Amino acid sequence: MATTANSKAKLPPSSPVRPNPGKASVGAIGWMRQNLFNSWFNTLLTLLIAVIVLRVVPGAVEWLIINASFGPSTSEECRVVALQDHGACWGSLWEKGRFILFGQFPYEDQWRAAIACLAITGAMIISGFRFMWRPRLIAVWAVALFLFFWMMGGGLGLPDVPTNFWNGLPLTLMLAVFGSICSFPIAVLVALGRRSSLPFIKVFCVLYVELIRGVPLITVLFMASFMFPLFLPEGVSINNLLRAQIGIILFTAAYLAEVVRGGLQAIPKGQYEAADALGLGYWKKMMLIILPQALKICIPPIVNSIISMFKDTSLVLIIGLFDILALAKASHQDPPWALYFGEFYIFVALIYFCYCFSMSKYSQWLERKLNRGNKH
Amino acid sequence: MAEDNTPAVLLKNLNKWYGEFHVLRNINLSVKRGEKIVVCGPSGSGKSTMIRCINRLEEHQEGSITVDGIELTDNLKNIDAVRAEVGMVFQHFNLFPHLTVLENCTLAPIWVKKMPRKEAEEKAMYFLDRVRIANQAHKYPGQVSGGQQQRVAIARSLCMSPRIMLFDEPTSALDPEMVKEVLDTMVMLAKEGMTMLCVTHEMGFAKAVADRVIFMDKGEIVEENEPEEFFSNPQSPRTRTFLEQIL
Ligand SMILES: Nc1ncnc2c1ncn2[C@@H]1O[C@H](COP(=O)(O)OP(=O)(O)OP(=O)(O)O)[C@@H](O)[C@H]1O
Ligand SMILES: [Mg+2]
Repeated sequence: MATTANSKAKLPPSSPVRPNPGKASVGAIGWMRQNLFNSWFNTLLTLLIAVIVLRVVPGAVEWLIINASFGPSTSEECRVVALQDHGACWGSLWEKGRFILFGQFPYEDQWRAAIACLAITGAMIISGFRFMWRPRLIAVWAVALFLFFWMMGGGLGLPDVPTNFWNGLPLTLMLAVFGSICSFPIAVLVALGRRSSLPFIKVFCVLYVELIRGVPLITVLFMASFMFPLFLPEGVSINNLLRAQIGIILFTAAYLAEVVRGGLQAIPKGQYEAADALGLGYWKKMMLIILPQALKICIPPIVNSIISMFKDTSLVLIIGLFDILALAKASHQDPPWALYFGEFYIFVALIYFCYCFSMSKYSQWLERKLNRGNKH
Repeated sequence: MAEDNTPAVLLKNLNKWYGEFHVLRNINLSVKRGEKIVVCGPSGSGKSTMIRCINRLEEHQEGSITVDGIELTDNLKNIDAVRAEVGMVFQHFNLFPHLTVLENCTLAPIWVKKMPRKEAEEKAMYFLDRVRIANQAHKYPGQVSGGQQQRVAIARSLCMSPRIMLFDEPTSALDPEMVKEVLDTMVMLAKEGMTMLCVTHEMGFAKAVADRVIFMDKGEIVEENEPEEFFSNPQSPRTRTFLEQIL
């Protein structure tokens, strides 16, 4: 601690001034010679990549943009674009885009599904601001989730919509959001349990984490969807959606628990001892001293886990839930639109990309921010 | 509360092992109320272990430890009661880096003693003022110097109104120019009659405030004496060798 106080005075390790490049490497040619052709192996790689790029990119650009049609089109018009012009028919999305986003949600009520998505997305964005990392964030999520379930499920004057019509983006967002919110406390408890001195708790937590980490998510989902009901008493049934959600929560919690455990391990022993010496009990010590520091360290890896879980929600299609990926698949299985799977999958990929890329950029930004904060 | 003639700390035939390693051997020590004791000895002699046993940061295996009449056993109530009586200052300060100086001082009073926040803050400001660092109350530990951090750590302990203070080499992680400010604070505390057990090699401090100096080696108390006698006329050859090395 004493040393970090002085570190501000020192120069950063990599100074922005590069050594003098010399005459040969001035300008674009010099840069290329230094970075692309500085050894026979690099030269080979550069040429190879150039060939691949020249082969692939023009075709892709032609299909994506030059030969493509953008306006709304019927399936006949699209057929012409696809078969004669060899271009993408983005117009197919005018027809099918809404189905990919909201699936079988009653057509004239789809504004409700849209509001539900906006509520969740808005709450995600608000959570990103550090000044919102206060108890009021809980209120924000409470409002967002209320809005989500009201819009999706109906009630309070809106017609009811059963959960098997909750498809597409709302489903993806719901699985991801509950996957993170609910798995987080479980993860913290399991991480603490793994470090517990009580053997029973410790063994239970180790078994849980290792069992879940030892099997793919698909297995967990199958178990949740098909096996779990077998264990339930006669007459009791749990909604398929809820089962998938529980599967995802349990799966994510195991990974997050390991992340949190890593954070806990990084807290010096002295912090525990100081808390003990002041007479703080176990839970106060953890909640007030250890976890706030440990979680701060592992925010970036936590965001990483959430990103990967966000994408993993697409696996629910194998147990018969229709998230955006499943709807894209269903869209091109509709015979008149069979040719446009490229367009549909690109659309879905873009949606995943928007969410995941922003989260990833955000976590990088946050990491820099927090590192700077530590150096005071 | 115990009567005034019960010792503040009483160690009887204390033995402790780390696995096979016998780290404390038959320690007997009685500390009177208000007494200041300096513990010294070579590295690895068990000084830290001994004083950490007194507030149960370490468990002992044999013998008994009684603090203010409360015996330390597995009984959690007793452990809590002892920890409420005993404050501890560490070599590496161990401030909570995510809390401000003020919050470091108010945390335990609020959460352990259930003191109202306002009262806790007043008390904290009083002690921060005593250790002459009240003007830094809203900084984070990482933003103040080592000597200041250690004074905050002392204030943090004092906020719990301990009757006994333990110090484990409180100045040995400090740059030389900061040692004095911390020692001055400790002298001030000593003059107010606090019962203190202090592991330190600051012989000036020992001469100035200690009632007794204890020399430990290989897990045993080899010698104990008043500071004058201890430094001018050490009895055991081991003490003599040690003093030659550090003086
Ligand atoms: N957790 C532990 N497990 C095993 N051995 C330990 C442990 N903690 C301390 N020891 C050993 O016990 C002995 C006494 O340690 P202690 O920290 O009490 O010494 P010390 O007198 O305070 O030394 P120093 O002046 O270096 O602080 C040392 O030999 C040390 O290696
Ligand atoms: Mg020590």
